[in-house]
Amino acid sequence: MGLFVLRRFGVIILTALSLTFIVFILTNLEPNLEKLAKTQGNARMTDEQVFTWLDNRGYYRADIIKYGEWLGVLPGYVIDGSDGETRYRCLRPGMTVDEMPRFCGILQGDWGFSTVFKEDVSVIVVTRLSQTAKLMGWVMLVMVPSALVIGVLAGMREGSKLDRTLSTASIVTTATPEYVSGVIFITVFASSAVGLKWFNGSATSAMEDITFLNFTLPVLTVALYGMGYIARMTRASMTEVMTAQYIRTARLKGVSFRNIVIKHALRNALIAPFTVIMLQFPWLLNGVVIVETLFNFKGFGWTLVQAAGNNDIEMLLGVSVVSVFVVLTTQLISDIGYVFLNPRIRIS
Amino acid sequence: MDNLTWTGSLGTVLNPALTAAAALFAIAVVLQIATLFVVEPFRAQTLPDGRLSRRGGVLGLIERAPQYLLWALILIVLGYLVGGMVAPYGVAGILGAISKQLTPVWIALAATFVVSIAYKRKLGLYGKLFDSTVGMIGFGIVMFWVYTAFFSSVGGMIATHDPLSQVSGLKNKLPGTAVPDAADFAVGAHYLLGGDNLARDVFSRMVLGSWEVVKIAPLATMFAFMVGITLGVPAGYYGGKLDTVLSFLANLILAFPVILLFYLLVTPEIVLTGIPSYMAAVLFVFPVLFALVFLNARFRTDPKKRNLIVAVVIGAMAWAYLSLISQPGTVMSFLPGAVDLFNIPPGILVVFVSVVFVNSPTVFRIVRGLTLDLSTRDYVAAAQTRGEGPWYIMLWEILPNARGPLIVDFCLRIGYTTILLGTLGFFGLGLPPESPDWGSTINEGRKLLSIYPHPALPPALALLSLVLGLNLLADGLREESLRD
Repeated sequence: MGLFVLRRFGVIILTALSLTFIVFILTNLEPNLEKLAKTQGNARMTDEQVFTWLDNRGYYRADIIKYGEWLGVLPGYVIDGSDGETRYRCLRPGMTVDEMPRFCGILQGDWGFSTVFKEDVSVIVVTRLSQTAKLMGWVMLVMVPSALVIGVLAGMREGSKLDRTLSTASIVTTATPEYVSGVIFITVFASSAVGLKWFNGSATSAMEDITFLNFTLPVLTVALYGMGYIARMTRASMTEVMTAQYIRTARLKGVSFRNIVIKHALRNALIAPFTVIMLQFPWLLNGVVIVETLFNFKGFGWTLVQAAGNNDIEMLLGVSVVSVFVVLTTQLISDIGYVFLNPRIRIS
Repeated sequence: MDNLTWTGSLGTVLNPALTAAAALFAIAVVLQIATLFVVEPFRAQTLPDGRLSRRGGVLGLIERAPQYLLWALILIVLGYLVGGMVAPYGVAGILGAISKQLTPVWIALAATFVVSIAYKRKLGLYGKLFDSTVGMIGFGIVMFWVYTAFFSSVGGMIATHDPLSQVSGLKNKLPGTAVPDAADFAVGAHYLLGGDNLARDVFSRMVLGSWEVVKIAPLATMFAFMVGITLGVPAGYYGGKLDTVLSFLANLILAFPVILLFYLLVTPEIVLTGIPSYMAAVLFVFPVLFALVFLNARFRTDPKKRNLIVAVVIGAMAWAYLSLISQPGTVMSFLPGAVDLFNIPPGILVVFVSVVFVNSPTVFRIVRGLTLDLSTRDYVAAAQTRGEGPWYIMLWEILPNARGPLIVDFCLRIGYTTILLGTLGFFGLGLPPESPDWGSTINEGRKLLSIYPHPALPPALALLSLVLGLNLLADGLREESLRD
C-alpha cells in the first residue's frame, strides 16, 4: 500500500511537471508574449518597443531556462535593461536588492507574480480558492445526497414507474450543460421578464456573505449537471446488488422490503458511487469556471478565465498546478477509498 | 401590422384543453408516485383464457391515468403543430408559423419513420432501434435537428430572415413582433422569436446555428474515435511500455481542465503560430493510417488484390488528407490551388482540432479497456493458434466485438462534443462573434439575461434538446444491443 501511494505520487509530480511545461511553452509563444506586452505596457506599442519591453524582462531567453527559474532550480534573472533600469526576477515590492533571494521558484514557495492582478500568485490562489471551496462545498452538500437518494430509489425496483421517471430525469440533467441550465434558471427565477424574482441572478455579493438568495442558483446550476451522472451510477450499482443471491436469501427469509433496502443492499450499493463522486471533482472544476463566469462570482474559475484571457503566465501556471493536483489527488483518494470500502479488492 | 401572439386563434380552443390536461397529468403522476410507497406493487395474473389480469378500482385508475393523460397531451401538442402547418400564416400564432416554416422537416421526419419502421427487420441494429420507445424519441429529436440544419443551410428554406441582417426598430423586441416595413401578412413579416441585442432575428439564427453543430460535432467525434481506436487497440493488446507511455499521455491531457486547454489552444494568437495546422496534420493522419493497417491486415495473404485495394483507397484518402491540411496563407501551404480539393477556414479548423484533441484520450481509454477485456477471449486464442498476425487479430477479431459499447459511446460523445462546442462559444473562443452557433448566441444573450431572456433561451433549449436526443438515442441503442 505504501509503495503504491508513493508510486502514484511520483506519477502526480511527473504529470504536474509535464503539464506546467506545456502551459509554459504555449504561453511563451511569440504572439502570446506580444499580447502580454501590449496589455501590460501600452496597446499602441510599435514592434520595436514590444521587443525591448519583452527583452528587458527576460522573455526572449530559452524556454527551458525560464521554466527552470519558475521552478526554482535556476537562479532568478538579473537583467541590465536597454533603458538603463536593472530588473530582478526575485525582487518584490518592499524588498532591497541585498535581502533578495537568489532562487525564487515554486520549490522555494514563491509562485510568482500575477501581471493582471498585480499581486503574488500564491495570495490570489489562496483567496480565490477559498471562495470556490465555499461553492464546491455547497454543491457537494446538495448534489451528493440527492443524487444518492434518486439513484437508490430508482434502482431498488428496476423497471418500475418510479425508476422510469427518475431515470429520465437523470438523463435530462446530464444533457443540460451549466451554461444552459444557468440561463434557464436565471430566466425563470431571476429575470424581470417572467417576474418570479425569487433569487439573484448574480452571485457577486455571495463572496462576502452567502445567503439563500444569492447562492441558490449557482449551486443548483453546478449540482444539476453532475447529479444525473452520479444518480445513474448509483442506480446501476443498486440494481446489480438487488439481484444478488444474498438479497434473495433475505427475501426468502421474510425480511421486509424496507429492511432489505436499508440494511442489506444500501451499503454494498454505495461503493461504486464513491469512486464516481471522487472522479466528479475534475468535472466540477469545469462547471465552476462556467458558473463563476455566468454569475460573476470571483473565484478560482473566474481567475482562470481572467488569467487566460490576458496571458498572465505565472498565474496560469499556478492555476494549472492547483487543478492538476486536485484532479490527480482525487483520483488517488478514489482508488484508496475503494480498497477500504471493498475488502474483496487488494492492491498488490 | 399586428404582432403575433403565441398561439393565435387556434389557442382559444387548445389552450384551455392543454392547461387542463397538463394539470391533471401532474396530479396523476404525483398520486401514482405517492401510491408506490404505500401500496404493494400489483402482480399481473394469467387468467385461464390466456389474458392477463389488471388492477381494477381506484388503484387501477391511478395506475393508468397518467398514460391516458400523456396521450391527450401529445395529441393537443400535435394539434398545435398540424393546425399551424395547415392554417394560413398567422392564424395559429407564433407556434403555428414556426411549425409552418418547419414543414419540410416534418415531412422528412415522417418519411424516415415510415420507411424505417416498415423495413425494421432488415435494417440490423438501426432497425432494432425502432423497437424501443426511448430510442425512437431520441432518434426523432436528433433527426429533427439534422433535417433542420440541412434544409436551413443547404436548402435555404426554414429561416425567415438572413441571420446577419439587422432591422432597425427590432432591437430586443419580444417574440412575434412585426417587421416595420413588411409588405404583406406572410412569411418574413414577423420576428417569430423576437430580435436580439443587434436587432437580428433570433429564430433564423437558432435554426442556422444547428448547422454549425451538425457539421462539426459528428465529424470531430469520428476523428476522435479514429485516433482513440488506432492508439487504444494496440495499447490494450500489446500492453507493456507502449501502454504505459500512451496511457500517461492520455492521462496528462485528461488532467488539464478542458477550459484552460481551450483558452490556450483556441486563440487568434495560437492560430498565428500555426500550431492548429500542425496538430491537424498529426490528428488527421490517423484515419489514413487506420485504413491502411485495416485493409493490409485483411488482404495480406493475397498481395495482388491487396496492392490494388490499398492503392485506390489510400490514394484517395491521402489526397483528401493533403488537401485538408494544406491551406493557402498558413504554415502548411504546399498543394497548388488546382489540386487542393477544399479549404477550411482557420477559425473552424482550430475549433475542430481542439475538440478532437480533448475527446481522443477518453476514447483511447475506453478502447484500451475493451481490448484488455476482449483479448482474453477464446476466439483471440484461436486466431493466434491459426497464426494470424497481430494487426489482423486486433482489427478483425477484437474490434468488431467491441462495436456495441463503441456505438453507444459514439452517440454520447457527439452530445458531449456539442456541449464542448457550446462551451467554446460561451467563452467567445474560436468561431467569429457574429456566427449563429448556439454557444456564441447564448454568450451574447446572457449579458442582458435578466431583462431580455428571449434571445438566449431558444439556442439554450435547442442545445439541450439535441444533447438530450443523443443521450436517449444512446440509451435506446444500449438497451437493444444488450438484448442479443
